[in-house]
Amino acid sequence: MKKTVSMTINGAPQSHEVEPRLLLVHYIREQAGLTGTHVGCDTSQCGACTVHVNGVAVKSCTLLSVQCDGAQVLTIEGLAKDGKLHPIQDAFWEKHGLQCGFCTPGMIMSAHQMLQRNPRPTEAQIRHDLEGNLCRCTGYHNIVKAIQYAAEKMAGK
Amino acid sequence: MATARVLGASIKRREDPRFITGKGNYTDDLKLAGLTHAVFVRSPHANAKIRKIDTARASKAPGVVAIFTGKDMTGVNSLPCGWLLPELKIPPHMPLASDAARYVGDPVAIVIAESQSAASDAAEMVAVDWEVLPSVTSTEKASAKGSPQIHEVAPGNVAFNWAIGDAAATEAAFKAAPVTVKKRIVNQRLVANAIEPRACVARYDDSTGDWTLWVTSQNPHVHRLLMTAFVLGIPEHKVRVIAPDVGGGFGSKIFLYNEETVCTWATRQIKRPIRWTSSRREAFQTDAHGRDHVTDAEIAVSRDGKFLGLRVKTTANLGAYLSTFAPAVPTYLYATLLNGVYEWPAIHAEVTGVFTNTTPVDAYRGAGRPEACYLLERMVDAAAAALKMDAADIRKKNFIPKFSDGYQTKVALSYDSGNYLGAFDKLLGMLDYKKFRTDQAAARAQGRLMGIGFSTYIEACSIAPSKVVGSLGAQAGLWESGKVQVHPTGKVSVFTGSHSHGQGHETTMAQIVADSLGIPMDDVEIVHGDTGRVPFGMGTYGSRSASVGGTAIVMSLDKIKEKGKKIAAHLLEANPKDMEYVGGQFVVKGSPQKAIPFGQVALTAYVPHNYPDGVEPGLEETSFYDPSNFCFPFGAHACVVEVDPDTGHVKILRYLAVDDVGNVINPMIVDGMVHGGIAQGVAQALWEEAVYDGASGQLVSGSMMDYTLPKADMLPFYETGRTETPTLVNPLGVKGAGETGTIASTPAVVNAVVDALSGLGVDHIDAMPLTPERVWKTVQAAKSRK
Amino acid sequence: MYPAQFEYHTPGTVKEALELLGRHKDDAKLLAGGHSLLPAMKLRLAQPKHLVDLRKVAGLSGIKEDAATLVIGAMTTHYQVESSPVVKSKCPMLAAVAAQIGDPMVRNMGTIGGSLAHADPAADYPAAIIALGAEMVAEGPKGKRTIKADDFFKGLLTTALAEDELLTEVRVPAMAGRTGAAYMKFPHPASRFAVVGVAAVLTVDGGKVGKASVAVTGAGTKAVRAKGVEAAITGKAADAASIQAAAEKAAEGVDVQADLQGTVEYKSHLVRVFAKRAMEAAAAAVK
Repeated sequence: MKKTVSMTINGAPQSHEVEPRLLLVHYIREQAGLTGTHVGCDTSQCGACTVHVNGVAVKSCTLLSVQCDGAQVLTIEGLAKDGKLHPIQDAFWEKHGLQCGFCTPGMIMSAHQMLQRNPRPTEAQIRHDLEGNLCRCTGYHNIVKAIQYAAEKMAGK
Repeated sequence: MATARVLGASIKRREDPRFITGKGNYTDDLKLAGLTHAVFVRSPHANAKIRKIDTARASKAPGVVAIFTGKDMTGVNSLPCGWLLPELKIPPHMPLASDAARYVGDPVAIVIAESQSAASDAAEMVAVDWEVLPSVTSTEKASAKGSPQIHEVAPGNVAFNWAIGDAAATEAAFKAAPVTVKKRIVNQRLVANAIEPRACVARYDDSTGDWTLWVTSQNPHVHRLLMTAFVLGIPEHKVRVIAPDVGGGFGSKIFLYNEETVCTWATRQIKRPIRWTSSRREAFQTDAHGRDHVTDAEIAVSRDGKFLGLRVKTTANLGAYLSTFAPAVPTYLYATLLNGVYEWPAIHAEVTGVFTNTTPVDAYRGAGRPEACYLLERMVDAAAAALKMDAADIRKKNFIPKFSDGYQTKVALSYDSGNYLGAFDKLLGMLDYKKFRTDQAAARAQGRLMGIGFSTYIEACSIAPSKVVGSLGAQAGLWESGKVQVHPTGKVSVFTGSHSHGQGHETTMAQIVADSLGIPMDDVEIVHGDTGRVPFGMGTYGSRSASVGGTAIVMSLDKIKEKGKKIAAHLLEANPKDMEYVGGQFVVKGSPQKAIPFGQVALTAYVPHNYPDGVEPGLEETSFYDPSNFCFPFGAHACVVEVDPDTGHVKILRYLAVDDVGNVINPMIVDGMVHGGIAQGVAQALWEEAVYDGASGQLVSGSMMDYTLPKADMLPFYETGRTETPTLVNPLGVKGAGETGTIASTPAVVNAVVDALSGLGVDHIDAMPLTPERVWKTVQAAKSRK
Repeated sequence: MYPAQFEYHTPGTVKEALELLGRHKDDAKLLAGGHSLLPAMKLRLAQPKHLVDLRKVAGLSGIKEDAATLVIGAMTTHYQVESSPVVKSKCPMLAAVAAQIGDPMVRNMGTIGGSLAHADPAADYPAAIIALGAEMVAEGPKGKRTIKADDFFKGLLTTALAEDELLTEVRVPAMAGRTGAAYMKFPHPASRFAVVGVAAVLTVDGGKVGKASVAVTGAGTKAVRAKGVEAAITGKAADAASIQAAAEKAAEGVDVQADLQGTVEYKSHLVRVFAKRAMEAAAAAVK
């Protein structure tokens, strides 16, 4: 019944025997012990569980871990490199783009893909591309500002 | 070492590095050896008797550790109600219902297993034999003839009848008034929806008899007190409650809930730790809901627009049971705010609290104050419409004039300080109001429906003093604790009884301390959320943390300085009375060269070799602050909308806010709170609603697919401004910033939509949210009347 | 929220997938992007005993041109469709429709085949593929067959696919000359599904509508062709008045369902409004 599922998370190989019904988010949180990826809903709306699988942002609550066998996974814990924050992380801090912090990892992972695909988004594009992420604290104002700021910083380097 | 003052500066938050790197420490992140997982079996029915609960098959399911029902929980009492009103009917609210379930989601059994999935599987096998009864969910029908009786103790499903104000004077004012306007106002039911669902981990240590409960709580001490003393009858001192990082609360994490209570009881039975984490579906069904009023409101005005009287009759839906502070919300936190920022000759309000087969209702961001503000601001606009007066003019005509030392309202409260016209004028300036009216007229000529809505509001926070709230029914004191522990090296740990779940206390409170002691912020650590470390505190709600919690810290800092002066004076061979504390040093007044730095005094306190007689070693002080009054933030908001006449869709073009929260500790954080509050209030006006199906009693908007939380593309950038009118109530001069946005924004939006439709003859829409269909139907009805 | 137990299969070919379907029949469910199925399984509204994951099945993903037809593999994600240069050039409306589904993360996983086979009444694709005159290619034990979009949607969450069949590709005709297309949607503010969505494809020559193809999703139990609108606009001037008049017929033949988003009256009205907007935009897009 159980299956061995192997994947690379933030560059580190993982291999665990799991029930096929185990969702990717629970694989990440419970098996790999990386609890920065959160669960905020059960209908794929909130986006707190957003991670990148093979380079694209997905909601890890709507994916079975067995579907990710052999995949490259990037979570919020893997974003900073050599102790240096990713510019988007830095921008969220600088622009006060978070309050309780619970939606933040998903928000940042979502913004990360947004800027990969569209390095200089307009305000409207940023707002539209955040369609899959809910924040209950900030009213989005400073999240949008943070992404604008990150886009400027990333374009400038 | 002249540096810019940290108090009042937009300093980046110290809590953020852990959150932006995924290193936050939320309850569900906790791993313990031997951890078990709980799933609750819940009622699928709104009202049903429990004939039998059969757990035999489920008990044999793989991985099951234990299953308990209410009958197993002998000696356990009802969850308590923490605010009493005269003749309040208090029905029992057992942690696990065993006689009957009274709302969809009412828990009846806990299934504990080796894994979450095994617990989920076994929970499906628990067989409950239900006798399904008719239910009532509607606020208005709760007390109607023929509605099912929910609790024996509450005939007609009435929990209380309550009134405030002068009935006779109000009656006389209405009789004499040349113009009266009456409207029906529905303030719909909301679900808080903090993005982190509620969760708990309960652990009992058999060898010591100690419990530890990690729980998503805004007030861990209150959780502990209520649970140990009132429900479980276990010793308070043997229970440690920890509220670690908590992902938003908005009120919903104040209350003592069934789940953590049952887990705390059950961990002792199985002698293994238990984790329960709510699913979002459970959150919709069981987190205390907010609002849910139906009101008839009447305003009396003179022909030139002076307010003469306000009369309000509200029915407030309390849900199936009394949640922890439920009775206070639609009474003392609501009707006492009906005076608003205006002068009134007379006000009278009556409130009836009713039980229904719905999720219990309690405080949700603003708690009573948004309902009052919405009613008042809607009625002010309705009065302006009746008089054909400008919405700005009627407000200006009725504002309480600027004051700094108290204003007695007609509904019990005494405001601290206010300059309501000042905030409103600033808003009008930001808006360019005259230009808007020109633009609006031009748009109308093209068939476009643009509108503007104002909201001028009063907010009451840091509710206190304890003696007064106790006389009003509070079963708790409403003070706060603050302990300052200076270490021998001069570093400082501060323990606050308030709790941060997004508010940024680790930053703002460190600003208070660093500013007061003249030491770097890096030398200050803020500790909160742990009954094992922090003195008893009342927690965070009602925008009280800075004003009450901050002041408790200031009091301890003052004591530290007083003691430090004695130590420093001794070292300098000076008189303690001649000492002052300046820039991080104890200095002899008039002799700046005679100074001892803070760190040296700290070290001396712990190595008291050369030390004043009669002074205890150590440098640590604890204070409990009980404010003399509430604080009353205020302000003025405006919203500009355009309505699509073909679909009824409302688009927000601009949102402007001028808030006066007294002195500001960290403007960046205050602005952030205002933004988030606005989003929630706008969402009440336009999108959010907990909808129950009248026939089945099911919550039909019970998921994030159906219940519309605001998304980034539904909201604009907010244009914020500020006036600063310090309060004299506390030494920091701060009032409270957590709820102003939520309170002010809902009426601003609704008033804007009504203004947009005013050309069609619309002067009111009685229910929220203003869904496209509701707006479209309003437009259709108005057109057909024309 | 944990799904019930199931056995997980990863066939490598269509044949293997069909064998699994044949063996487990009702007990099996096909997993494409999973963005409808997995939420249902988490809530235990769906409890398949066998889950057949199509991600390793060769040849099901990707976009090709076959003469004047776009051939889109069933496992092609919404993001692949929205970002495909070929789709954007040959059938821009389809790319635009894909870009309006769910949210960016959903579009990275959700697939065109999964969406169509699931036949959610509020899905975006169905209106578009009916209006575009697409064809579905299904493969079963007896071989391949082609199903016209008009014949594909049978009812609520029900399609013409037999239980033992697998949808393998969608064939969409490239836009003809003098033809414009548009999809206009009134999204549910939370789920972003279509409360009402209307797709219109208009061929306009000399200012007159030569051919019209209009379909409606969201309002009823399934997506349907708005035949009344098509008849009313065909041969008429592609102007505001004719479009307005034709749009009045948009709710005819739609079994409009009342729900939290609106009464039958309101949703029928929205169908008319969005039919008008879609046709106006389609007429404006004619090149």
